[in-house]
Amino acid sequence: MTWTIEGSTGAWEIVVGLEVHAQVISKAKLFSGASTLFGGEPNSQVSLVDAGFPGMLPVINHECVAQAVRTGLGLKAQINLMSRFDRKNYFYADLPTGYQISQFVHPIVGEGKIEIELADGTTREIGITRLHLEQDAGKLMHDQDPTRSFVDLNRAGVALMEIVSEPDIRSPEEAGAYLRKLRQILRYLGTCDGNMEEGSMRADVNVSVRKTGEAFRTRCEIKNVNSIRFVTQVIPIEAMRQIEIWESGGEVDQETRLFDPGKGETRSLRSKEDAHDYRYFPDPDLLPLVIERSWVDELAAALPELPDEKRARFQTEYGITAYDAGVLVAEQATADFYEAVAKGRDGRSAAAWMTGDFFAALNRMSRGIEESPVSADALGGMLDMIADGTINGKIAKEVLETMFETGESASDVVERKGLRQVTDTGAIETAADEIIAKHADKVAEYKSGKDKLFGFFVGQVMKATAGKANPAMVNEILKARLDG
Amino acid sequence: MALDPATARRVAKLARIGLNDQELETVRVQMGSILDWIGMLDEVDVENVPPMTGTEHVTLRQREDVVTDGGRAEDILSNAPDRAGAFFTVPKVVE
Amino acid sequence: MLTDLTITTAIDGLRRRDFSASELVSAHIGAAEALNPRLNAYITITSESAGAAARSADEALAKGDAPLLTGIPLGIKDLFCTAGIRTTAASRILSDFVPPYESTVTQKLLHAGGVFLGKTNLDEFAMGSGNLTSFFGTVESPWHRTGDATPLVPGGSSGGSAAAVAAHIAMGATGTDTGGSIRQPAAYCGIVGLKPTYGRCSRWGTIGFASSLDQAGPMTRSVEDAAIMLGAMAGFDPRDSTSSEQPVPDFRAAVNRSVKGLRVGIPKEYRSEGLSEEMQAVWEKGIQWLKDAGCEVSDVSLPHTEYGLATYYIIAPAECSSNLARYDGVRFGLRVPGDSLDEMYEKTRHDGFGEEVRRRILMGTYVLSAGYYDAYYLKAQKIRTLICRDFINAFEEVDVLLTPTAPTTAFGINEKPDDPVQMYLNDIFTVPASMAGVPAMSVPAALNAEGLPLGLQLIGRHFDEETLIAAGSVLEKAAGFTARPDIHAGVAA
Ligand SMILES: [Mg+2]
Ligand SMILES: [Zn+2]
Repeated sequence: MTWTIEGSTGAWEIVVGLEVHAQVISKAKLFSGASTLFGGEPNSQVSLVDAGFPGMLPVINHECVAQAVRTGLGLKAQINLMSRFDRKNYFYADLPTGYQISQFVHPIVGEGKIEIELADGTTREIGITRLHLEQDAGKLMHDQDPTRSFVDLNRAGVALMEIVSEPDIRSPEEAGAYLRKLRQILRYLGTCDGNMEEGSMRADVNVSVRKTGEAFRTRCEIKNVNSIRFVTQVIPIEAMRQIEIWESGGEVDQETRLFDPGKGETRSLRSKEDAHDYRYFPDPDLLPLVIERSWVDELAAALPELPDEKRARFQTEYGITAYDAGVLVAEQATADFYEAVAKGRDGRSAAAWMTGDFFAALNRMSRGIEESPVSADALGGMLDMIADGTINGKIAKEVLETMFETGESASDVVERKGLRQVTDTGAIETAADEIIAKHADKVAEYKSGKDKLFGFFVGQVMKATAGKANPAMVNEILKARLDG
Repeated sequence: MALDPATARRVAKLARIGLNDQELETVRVQMGSILDWIGMLDEVDVENVPPMTGTEHVTLRQREDVVTDGGRAEDILSNAPDRAGAFFTVPKVVE
Repeated sequence: MLTDLTITTAIDGLRRRDFSASELVSAHIGAAEALNPRLNAYITITSESAGAAARSADEALAKGDAPLLTGIPLGIKDLFCTAGIRTTAASRILSDFVPPYESTVTQKLLHAGGVFLGKTNLDEFAMGSGNLTSFFGTVESPWHRTGDATPLVPGGSSGGSAAAVAAHIAMGATGTDTGGSIRQPAAYCGIVGLKPTYGRCSRWGTIGFASSLDQAGPMTRSVEDAAIMLGAMAGFDPRDSTSSEQPVPDFRAAVNRSVKGLRVGIPKEYRSEGLSEEMQAVWEKGIQWLKDAGCEVSDVSLPHTEYGLATYYIIAPAECSSNLARYDGVRFGLRVPGDSLDEMYEKTRHDGFGEEVRRRILMGTYVLSAGYYDAYYLKAQKIRTLICRDFINAFEEVDVLLTPTAPTTAFGINEKPDDPVQMYLNDIFTVPASMAGVPAMSVPAALNAEGLPLGLQLIGRHFDEETLIAAGSVLEKAAGFTARPDIHAGVAA
């Protein structure tokens, strides 16, 4: 179903392409030996190269090249064995050399694709146009001084991958799904941590609108939108703005805009617009980057299993639903945890416990799976106790809750609290007889055809055994007494 | 090839070199005469000739991903014409 | 007199204890301080640190394991960053810049024991052919026309280095050559100037002008001195992505190598207009000298020679427009305050750069800008390929080329042409080798009728500086060039 915006002249379709800047995970910067760590003292992670000192020269970081290739492979993209670095020339306070080293004409990665899943269960393929390596800029601070802005170059020169999508996205939901999926792939690959708050993933959103069946109309680029939520917010806002211009007989200008989430509007970045001539040319300080096919193959062989493949495997290997598999592969750490729990156990039960009580408990504690007080081993141990009849499902909920509180193993909790399931036939029979005797009226009603009352008797027996009775045995014994 | 004044001004703006009208006019005329002279290149046939970018034969050498630099903010700032603590400064930028 | 020595003879003298490094250095410092007010060859003379370095040199010599250049007094073009010593590129924009780092080339010279006398003058950012564009004033050549006091240019851009070496106020000096900036001033000042193969000397820490062309090299009073100095300056540097991993040979050993059977090419396109009759005659002499030494001389063709200069004046400005964008008044160098960021940039870069630098930045900006890139920059890069192929083809037939270094002798400081293109023509014979990245050397060959030096240029294959040195030695011996400028150490300025 097509997502449209209803204008005064009819329905408008939106056309969106995303340019994502993803910070490469590496120890050192793209062209210098300074650290990439986040949050250092101002200008403490800066080399003379990053600060553009006279006579300083760039030397490329091998790991950044490898990370770009891994990402390209993860995006099922073409890897270009010959690529080249160009200079993008412009003056700005955060750009020490007066040019950004980027890859304009010959990027290291060409066309690829990403499959996204939507809420209605359908999937769509979004094309990747290219991925190239480039340098990040420094950071400006505007609030410290009445007449000056301050410049910190710690980020200057950190490696970025610019990942450009085709204009294949047709709704805010798809844009969100694309970004989540891209982030997931990058995190699986270990090539970008995907942290939008710290700015390690930033999106430029290209938006245009058109009537169904039309060719593309003029697009606007909304720069540096720094959360998935803002991306999904800005798209309809910008589309609406453009629709209003078209419908009032105007013409949309191709320009760069900025999103103001507070005001819920986009505004033009005209100041930069008049000097928009980057004078790209091959960086004469660098030679063409040539990589070997065999090296690319090695990287491909060492690539981790990616979310799509993992999800498919979980479904077949553990017999779980597509939905549960999707939830469990969302994060690499979750998937690993699940596999540790499910290996050699009932995968469905493992999935049910993880997506149910386990996640709920983590959520209550606002903890990630890496900091879970209940390890995969411990959760597995609890599943084992259910499987061998030591505890029943109901008691297990209580056991798990205690495990989260105290960090004990399931068996310790069960022993300490005496929660072992009652499977002693005699004990259950005694309890059943007492209940039957106590509720003669109900027994009569039941016998006269009020079947529903059977549940009442089960509940009473469970209550009498403090929930520890084996529910199957309780059923069997009651059946024999009431129906027999 | 004469350079028109608007182009000359745009180029000076791109290069962030502030020129007064007279300076701009002088350089405009000089650039025009250099461009006239460079015009001789029009007669060279470059069909199917690849551009030379740097000196070829060699591929880009790569370095290991090791932190070897940083922790020298004082060095980095030692020549700054204006600074505020460990920051460089510029006239206030309105974004 | 100690200032009469060459590097080669001083190396021996120091080891024989004929004199100490301190004596040698102070003789040069004294002469430099005496002559510099007139010549303006140095922007900065570092008497104190030179004296201290000389004393350590004497200690090292006393221990007996001193490296080759220990105690040798050298001038350093003020384009090489020197740690703790002001480095200006002869520009106002860097007039107070003190680098916290040492360029690779100067670091290597220091490791080899060299003593730096100071930083030599140059055309601003190495852009010029006459040393007329320095913020620190024009350099006067130590040479004058016989009986004529008209001040002449030393050539450029390494004019301060050339003047200092010619006037014996440096035993040798570093230069950088982008389109002829080592060879042309060497020719004008009657000394040897060697531009090695692109990639032979690291560019790290040398202030960039045009990255794909810039190359450091030695300027000396003998070919052997140039070989010794180059040996110390050259070598792979992992900090420069364009630095070559080719092993550095023993250049000095090539000095006495026989040139018998060496095939020498005479590029016919260099017999062009603008070449003086005197220069033509010296060139013929050079051919004869090489023949006498057993070389086989033949004509070759470098068909794209005439396009070299125009191509150069697209590529070099394009690269410089980008390389010089970092001089923006923020992290180092001059800042002229402005109310907005752009105003600060525009004022700083207007006041900080001289006219020639500004013009080249503007030309470079223009040829790279939207709509002109293909017509100028891309086309120039293609012609550069053709120029490079010319050399590769010629070197299929011959081993080395012999040409004049410059079409004329030095001109007067006040005879500077108004038309920049006329000025650019000084580099017509040096630019093609730069474009191709091949090594080339200028050797002083004779004086003209007015008593001014003329140089011959040898151009070799990539990484074959040894052949230049071998053939250059032959020219040097045959020419027997012993003339000295009227201003030199020991002579009152
Ligand atoms: Mg973008
Ligand atoms: Zn980018």
